[in-house]
Amino acid sequence: MKIVVALVLLVIGSLVFHWLSPWWMTPLASNWSAIDTTIDITLYITGVVFVAVNLFMAWAIFRYRYDPSRRSHYEPENKKLETWLTVITSVGVAAMLAPGLVVWADFVNVPEGADEMEVVGAQWAWSYRLPGDDGVLGEVDSTFVGPLNPFGMSPNDPAGNDDILISSNEVHLLIDRPVKFLLRSKDVLHNFAVPQFRVKMDLVPGMVTYAWATPTVKGKYDLLCMELCGIAHYTMRGYVVVDEQEDYDSWLAKQQTWSEIQSIPPGDAIAGKASYATCAACHGQQGEGLVAFNSPGLAILPAWYITRQIEHFKYGIRGANEGDTFGQQMVPMANMLADAAAIRNVTAYIETLVPEKPVDTIEGDPHKGAAYYNTCGACHGAKAQGNYALQAPPLAGQDDWYLKRQLENFRLGLRGAHKGDTYGHQMVLMARSLQNEQSINDLLAYLNTL
Amino acid sequence: MQNVAIADQIDELHDPQTFITKYIWSQDHKVIAIQYGLTAIFVGLIALALSGLMRLQLGFPDAFDFINPSDYLQFVTMHGMIMVIYLLTALLLGGFGNYLIPLMIGARDMVFPFLNMLSYWFYLVSVIVLLTSFFVPGGPTGAGWTLYPPQAILPGTPGYDWGIILMLVSLAIFIVAFTMGGLNYVTTVLQARTHGMTLMRMPLTIWGIFTATVLGLLAFPALLVSAIMMMLDKTLGTSFFMPALVSLGENLDYSGGSPILFQHLFWFFGHPEVYIVALPAFGMVSDVLATHARKSIFGYRMMVWAIVVIGGLSFFVWAHHMYVSGMDPAFGFFFATTTLIIAVPTAIKVYNWVLTLWKGNIQLTVPMLFAIGFIFTFTHGGLTGLFLGNVTIDLPLSDTYFVVAHFHMVMGVSPIMVLFAAIYHWYPLLTGKMFDERLGKIHFWFTFLGTYAIYLPMHYLGFLGVPRRYFAMGSMDFIPDSAQTLNQSITISALIVGFSQLIFLYNVFVSLRNGKPAGHNPWGATSLEWQTPDVPPRHGNWGPKLPQVYRWAYDYGVPGAKEDFIPQNHPVTDSERTAGEHDA
Repeated sequence: MKIVVALVLLVIGSLVFHWLSPWWMTPLASNWSAIDTTIDITLYITGVVFVAVNLFMAWAIFRYRYDPSRRSHYEPENKKLETWLTVITSVGVAAMLAPGLVVWADFVNVPEGADEMEVVGAQWAWSYRLPGDDGVLGEVDSTFVGPLNPFGMSPNDPAGNDDILISSNEVHLLIDRPVKFLLRSKDVLHNFAVPQFRVKMDLVPGMVTYAWATPTVKGKYDLLCMELCGIAHYTMRGYVVVDEQEDYDSWLAKQQTWSEIQSIPPGDAIAGKASYATCAACHGQQGEGLVAFNSPGLAILPAWYITRQIEHFKYGIRGANEGDTFGQQMVPMANMLADAAAIRNVTAYIETLVPEKPVDTIEGDPHKGAAYYNTCGACHGAKAQGNYALQAPPLAGQDDWYLKRQLENFRLGLRGAHKGDTYGHQMVLMARSLQNEQSINDLLAYLNTL
Repeated sequence: MQNVAIADQIDELHDPQTFITKYIWSQDHKVIAIQYGLTAIFVGLIALALSGLMRLQLGFPDAFDFINPSDYLQFVTMHGMIMVIYLLTALLLGGFGNYLIPLMIGARDMVFPFLNMLSYWFYLVSVIVLLTSFFVPGGPTGAGWTLYPPQAILPGTPGYDWGIILMLVSLAIFIVAFTMGGLNYVTTVLQARTHGMTLMRMPLTIWGIFTATVLGLLAFPALLVSAIMMMLDKTLGTSFFMPALVSLGENLDYSGGSPILFQHLFWFFGHPEVYIVALPAFGMVSDVLATHARKSIFGYRMMVWAIVVIGGLSFFVWAHHMYVSGMDPAFGFFFATTTLIIAVPTAIKVYNWVLTLWKGNIQLTVPMLFAIGFIFTFTHGGLTGLFLGNVTIDLPLSDTYFVVAHFHMVMGVSPIMVLFAAIYHWYPLLTGKMFDERLGKIHFWFTFLGTYAIYLPMHYLGFLGVPRRYFAMGSMDFIPDSAQTLNQSITISALIVGFSQLIFLYNVFVSLRNGKPAGHNPWGATSLEWQTPDVPPRHGNWGPKLPQVYRWAYDYGVPGAKEDFIPQNHPVTDSERTAGEHDA
């Protein structure tokens, strides 16, 4: 009879768990309250069936427990009862299906006049494109994608010139305006999901898919990739910020159009050489890095990576944590570069420096390290040569003591914790899979062999 | 029944004489069934261990050195693929199908015994190829058990080179094995039933296995062609599923293919696959319930029709796995409707199981406990399916832990409840020994309560919006810290359930030697497999003469009968009323 008690307790326990559970739908921040209502209807109907079937079963087991002196009732069929059960079940199913289909019709049909925004997915970061003043998104094609054209903008379509390209993990939306998300992937399947909005949809390479929502509550929401997209799937995150008009306008004013991005002049290495004099004091004349000053080699780093790091130091995204002593030292240094042009110039100069092979300082087991590096190599490249498309810097040829400190900083959240640091945040999640100092040493020992 | 005349006039049975022909290259369906069963349970244990590793990472994210993001995805993928295909499908059809079909319909063996033997050996090769992928450069594929392209064959996914190729080869070999076995099962059921065994006198076990096999023969080809096309995309650079794309910064030569085409093919197989697993389980649990409740199954005709209708409808619901895949969303109306319609015959089955218990004379044996556990877990899993099948609700819940919890309840826990019920139920016939009842009950309680402790709370992580297939959650504003506590408790439950399966293995193996002799028909069952002259049944099953069937398989508690059950091969006597005679 234990099974009867167990069934009754499981039914009661499930109900209690449901009512006491602190884990439930996140507060809604869009127009899709009808989705929540459909869930509630389904929950009540299925809840009643769950309780009824199992309690009836428990009662039957108790009432008709074995008694050798008794026979079971011989009734192979009962047409009337079976018909009734079929009818009642069909009514219950229809009651759940009908609201579902009505709400789905709303989802399929985007309201007239909805704003359009393109969401671009690529392993393992989000970017966004707005149609600009002409209200039309310019043509794109994957054959145009390259280091200078990450969105694959077609040079033949002038409608693209005023498109606003946002290569950041954060995008802003206007409150109470319906927005149609046009979803495009450059490589594999991804899924655009903001739990507070309730809707989600896959991004599929080779086609444009869509979803729509009207944000109704101001705030900053997590954007997640919810379709398995490879090793770093779980790090593919972003933020959607819902703003009032004023805040939205000031955010929009800071974004650049495709033609503005194209007109940025290349850095001037000769002008940059003068600024580099300050850097050389710690990083060395040839950008070779000096262990005594805890300064890493710069000569091996590409301009795009150095640019991003200098900007991060300048804007408090890196080096703001008190635990990151040496990062903090970089903040005033980065501030000496007055504007974007100065940063471009100094990085252009650094690119002209010829890297040297640094001295190995760390001992570990390169065989074990090679296994760990399998994961890292997805972004940083099989030879640790770095990959612009993933914004992953080269690791081979970098000072091993520097890499070790950064891995530890990532692990402890001293670097990469800032929400504006897309790739740093990925490294926070990644570095945690290295559990201890020994595994970091093994990994670096392997990198030293590359 | 055309072949019966020949099988009945057998002069000599040509029993295999050597160890090799008896136990290795055996053509006896019972030996092949055990070969299938042991191999499936062996790979199932590997998949169980993989799930333990996954749960360790999810419950205690920063604690284990030996699980990195690539490993995690490989564990996820191999766990899913092994459990669905190489354990459940193989054990239910290759194992139980092989063992029970000839015995329950009164045949001497399958109609093509040599093909049957080949089926097992192909299955074994597919398992070996699959397991080989753990030892190749890059390891097994980590593309998820759905193997979606483009990522499955592109760098950035673990095992995108050797791993995926071996996976596809292994699946192709498995499908060949299944086809050889499946044709055999269907032909045997249609052609080799004994005297008097009409279709509407067959036990529901046979109806379930038969219908599932037909589904498999129609559905697996879709998986085979998608495996072949993906293999061509991978090795020859064709573009069946591959559009123009930029992989990790490199423009590849593919163009014009459709990733969604793969998903349609995959789920055209994948959804019937759910019923390939479920229908045999539905059938077997019906027989276990009737036998141990000492009561005729309630609404036999309705149960048969429900199996057939569910099987048919299962080919019209596949795209409910793809509501948010980017296919034309207008499909949602059609597939939501068909999906919810399938709930009606499924609900009828649940009602009829419960009504079989009603006014029964219920013996709470170990198989019965597992059967009751099945009704509970299947009801739960079926009802949560009404959430996901209803296209609108799928929007917030798709790709979250709600999906993981749902399909584990409905297609993991509940068929495994039936598998245990079935193993305990037929163990006395298979081995001639009784298992240890006390250990069986302990095993039941750990498994039943433990799995519910895993999966009930997991639904709520899904409501919250926690994404599946994430190596680590890190910090997300909408996920409270308490979700991690919940994850730890799920992991602990999972480990307890995992280790408690050792009780089962111990019981099954030790009872082989120490179990009490079972004797003939220890449960007092009516169906033919318990009426063989020898226990365990010998080669040829029936001795010189095939049994004659006079009645359906559910004559329990017949008024006027001497005992509370009348086997199918007992003629109808004057003293019993003929109510319940089910001639078709």
